[in-house]
Amino acid sequence: MVGMVGTTTAEVVHAEGIVRVYGEGDTAVHALRGVNVQIEPGQLTAVMGPSGSGKSTLMHILAGLDRPTSGSVQIAGTEITTLGDDALTKLRRKHIGFIFQFFNLLPMLTARDNVVLPLTIAGEKPDQQFFDELIGRVGLSDRLEHRPAELSGGQQQRVAIARALVSRPTVVFADEPTGNLDSRTSGEILDLMRGSVEEYGQTTVMVTHDAKAAAMADRVLYLADGEIVKETGRSSQHEILQIIDTLDLQ
Amino acid sequence: MIRFALQGLLARKLRTALTAIGVVLGVSLISGTYVLTDSITSAFDSIFTENYKNTDAAITGKSAFDPADDGTTTAPAFSQDLLPKVRELPQVGAAGGGVFGEAQLIGRDGKAIVFGGAPNLGFSVDPALPQFNTLSLVKGAWPAAGEVVIDTHTAAEKGFKAGDEIGIQARGAAERMRVSGLVEFGAVSSIGGATLAGFELGTAQQLFGKTGKLDQILIAAKKDVDKQQLIASVQQILPPATQVRTAEDQAAEDAEGTTEFLNFLQTFLLVFGGIALFVGSFVIANSLSITIAQRTREFATLRTLGASRRQILGTVVLEAVVTGFVSAVAGLFLGLAIATGLFNLFDAVGFTLPNNGLVFETRTIVVAIIVGTVVTVVASLRPAWRATRVPPIAAVREGATLQPGRLHRFRPVGAALLALAGIAAALVGLFVDGLKTSTLLSLLGLGVLLLFIGIASFSNRLVRPLAAVSDPIARWSVVVLTALIWPFILLPYWAIRRLFGQHPEFPRVLPDRPAVEIGGQNSRRDPQRTASTAAALMIGLALVTLVATLGAGLIKPFEDAVDGIFSADYAITAQNNFSPLPPSVAAAAAQVPGVSEVTSVRGGQARAFDKTISITAIDKTAPELLRFDWRDGSQASLGQLDPNGAIVDDEYAGDHGLSVGSTLGLEMVTGKVLQFQVRGIFRPPAGGSPFGNVTIATATFDSENPQPQNIYTFLNMGGGVTPENTAALSTALQTFPNAKAMTRDQFKKAQTDSIKGLLNVLYVLLALSVLVSLFGIVNTLVLTVFERTRELGMLRAIGLTRGQVKRMIRQESVITALIGAVIGIVLGLVLAGLLAARLDEITFTVPAGQLVIFAVVSVVVGIFAAIWPARRAARLNPLEALQYE
Ligand SMILES: Nc1ncnc2c1ncn2[C@@H]1O[C@H](COP(=O)(O)OP(=O)(O)O)[C@@H](O)[C@H]1O
Ligand SMILES: [Mg+2]
Repeated sequence: MVGMVGTTTAEVVHAEGIVRVYGEGDTAVHALRGVNVQIEPGQLTAVMGPSGSGKSTLMHILAGLDRPTSGSVQIAGTEITTLGDDALTKLRRKHIGFIFQFFNLLPMLTARDNVVLPLTIAGEKPDQQFFDELIGRVGLSDRLEHRPAELSGGQQQRVAIARALVSRPTVVFADEPTGNLDSRTSGEILDLMRGSVEEYGQTTVMVTHDAKAAAMADRVLYLADGEIVKETGRSSQHEILQIIDTLDLQ
Repeated sequence: MIRFALQGLLARKLRTALTAIGVVLGVSLISGTYVLTDSITSAFDSIFTENYKNTDAAITGKSAFDPADDGTTTAPAFSQDLLPKVRELPQVGAAGGGVFGEAQLIGRDGKAIVFGGAPNLGFSVDPALPQFNTLSLVKGAWPAAGEVVIDTHTAAEKGFKAGDEIGIQARGAAERMRVSGLVEFGAVSSIGGATLAGFELGTAQQLFGKTGKLDQILIAAKKDVDKQQLIASVQQILPPATQVRTAEDQAAEDAEGTTEFLNFLQTFLLVFGGIALFVGSFVIANSLSITIAQRTREFATLRTLGASRRQILGTVVLEAVVTGFVSAVAGLFLGLAIATGLFNLFDAVGFTLPNNGLVFETRTIVVAIIVGTVVTVVASLRPAWRATRVPPIAAVREGATLQPGRLHRFRPVGAALLALAGIAAALVGLFVDGLKTSTLLSLLGLGVLLLFIGIASFSNRLVRPLAAVSDPIARWSVVVLTALIWPFILLPYWAIRRLFGQHPEFPRVLPDRPAVEIGGQNSRRDPQRTASTAAALMIGLALVTLVATLGAGLIKPFEDAVDGIFSADYAITAQNNFSPLPPSVAAAAAQVPGVSEVTSVRGGQARAFDKTISITAIDKTAPELLRFDWRDGSQASLGQLDPNGAIVDDEYAGDHGLSVGSTLGLEMVTGKVLQFQVRGIFRPPAGGSPFGNVTIATATFDSENPQPQNIYTFLNMGGGVTPENTAALSTALQTFPNAKAMTRDQFKKAQTDSIKGLLNVLYVLLALSVLVSLFGIVNTLVLTVFERTRELGMLRAIGLTRGQVKRMIRQESVITALIGAVIGIVLGLVLAGLLAARLDEITFTVPAGQLVIFAVVSVVVGIFAAIWPARRAARLNPLEALQYE
């Protein structure tokens, strides 16, 4: 796997020189100041950094939800900065899965329908075998016909994870997926995400400011003030905390 | 708290404006109605006062009783010998006599000149007495014998100038006269489209069949003689069957018919304004419920900061007061536009109303503002009360929702009871005998109102099943409609946007399954909201269906009645299908070679049993062409009418204990009382009878009616209906441009067309309510989009395109509209069924074709309602939507 690093074809997301400025003139906020990043297939990449460092902005741009002020982004080999809204939407539909901090499930749909929603939108049928296995893995087999209001927070996030995985996207993005959960449930959710990387080779990018979550990742990017200031391979929670300390990223 | 409420309103400008639209439209119809009727009244007032500007008293013929204004009966004229006697009176300064009647002008094309069904006024003019002359000469000269002056409006429209010849038809056949000049009526250029024709007195008397007679003498008193003295002196010399009144009384008398009509028109239009407001109140209540649900946090926070329930209630009600007031003011001014629109609408359906400029009375302002504010406040009470139920704890709880009220459980029962009470009130109104018409209508109105409220509150139970059924219908009807406009609108629009370098989605026809599926789910997720939104449309559609069903139910029995009553080949009526015609028309038709039988039905009025009733008269040929459904008597009874026989309809006979052989006294217009013997009693056809309560012989009728009029003429020709016969009749009637000959089928169609014309007016007026409900749907959708911002962001993120977002919202909208349509149509049919069961004139007939059209219209309403909310939703930036709290 590591051998693949640097070969563009295998890079699922490739971004160069991304700058993102909010607003204009005196009040302009430079959220990203020239970020280069490549997301490697089959890996769990964590993006760490203090609040306001630009993590979400970076994720949104890499996921094709937002456009950089300058720079280039390729998803699965397609340059997205020049795509129209419809083409970009369809590209997201095919290649990107999302896990949000506030689960964002549709309240009127059952857990099952929420999970298959991306396929429904794409007008595709779920692969039944994969679906069953996925549901088994996230432990929702007996909750499929429940609506979100009847599920706990952890269960709702499991539905969201299954929803992100069900279409086997090229890459799954998760923005603080455990930000709204207690620590025990967080652990379970992180295990699930780690599991999907190992089991299905699901490329995943996770934005977090939680060192424990970052310790699950194959690779950790440290963001400070709109720039990537450090990159490490798989690290322990302790190592990560130390890096944060030395870089003064609080 | 006041400042808080106002700031809240400002912060939610858009939502407030949307909420208010229902009130604005309802109030605008109300203020429009007042402006319209006030303007007409003022126009008529100026006409009637103008008529008597230099007059102190007026002598007119006096009918024995006050005849209804149906055009068949006018006060008899009196001998012109009276005029010199009046002039001799020492109190009289000047006196002038005149006659009037209907004078039809004929255009160069040989057709009658009519502007929007307005009357064709003919009268004598006396330029020697300018003080009594209301006309001013614009061009040419006053008419000499055998000449005419016409109004400038007609002259301009139809290309006549002084010196031209024009055709005139009054009581007799058309004749040609020289136009000696052009005139205007006082300062008014047009009296609501009426044509004016002024003649020298002798010519007018001859034209109107009043040789040697006068209709009116206008008198100016000598200086220093007061009106009462004048009248007293005139009274001394008055012959029988005449009367003298002051000019003011005479003007009021002349205006009476108009006043009655205007009062009716006013009530009629106000009812529709009321309906629109009622629908608007649903929209308001619903919008407020949604906003208040969305503001749960805000109210809870206020509560934690110490606001009492009363203060919360006060805030919401205050917001309603301000909203109601502002929208009432907006509606008030929109009413001016509506009044103009109504003038044009009536004009378009052939009913021109006089207009001298719009009149804006204080009463209009007061009523509009009070009604608009009160309706809004009443509609806000329930949502406001719900707002007070928000517990302070909701401020800190994520996703807190409004708790259902304590009485929530009883809601369906209450709703059902309300609906039942409504039906009961309607049934009492319909089936209890002897109620006054006003009581009956009030009970009916109240019943329908309660029924609507009941069904609307109950209908949330029906939303899920109805939405499930409507879903595929909505899907496919949108596909069909899209396919229909695809080549004409969607494709060109796409091409144009392409040309301008945009990248629009290629317009699709087939349903977008994913989008439509989510939209369908959305329509079911808050049944209460969907039901309230649909309820507004339901009311409009129920009423439209009611009108259509009653219309269909009127037409069928009417056609049966025509088939049952006359078997003739042809019928002759006025061009407008209802005006009576002078007997000279039938006489001319009788001269046509090949005509074997002609019979005419005279129409008029008489007094019997202390009531003015309509009477008809038939001639000797009647038994061959007219058929009666006899209860007592036979066709042979018709032969026994002359001179003093009568036939009576069975209801009238029953009410007054008449049977064959009884005598019946009729006071005729001349004041003479004639005794008749009942020769037969017949059952009039359910679909409408051409006969009055009492029918007598034409000869007797004519002897006591100085100006008899035919309401129908029927005739048979050798060979029946053939193109040659039709042509021969039309040629013969050319001298009577106001008359036309029709085959029986044409006659039926012409008569039913006027019913349909009336139905169309009703549809247009109800369309306003449907429009209000359209805004109701827009409103709900916008509020819903607002509420679901985060959800929309998620859907866009995981791959829903902008187009799909639009289609999703459209599906929800169309389903909501269809739910309203289904409940409304069923309700309309039920109401029509009730009325049909009560009224003999109506048989219950389902107008299937029209119902399909209404359903399609509802789908279109749904589609239109979705356009703007869908655009807003599609414009949402998924990122901002995701971060939205
Ligand atoms: N829509 C926006 N408009 C203006 N500034 C923004 C917007 N979104 C984010 N920012 C700013 O950009 C910077 C980075 O934000 P973000 O990417 O959300 O950081 P993080 O997710 O690391 O907390 C912050 O200073 C934030 O205030
Ligand atoms: Mg963030």
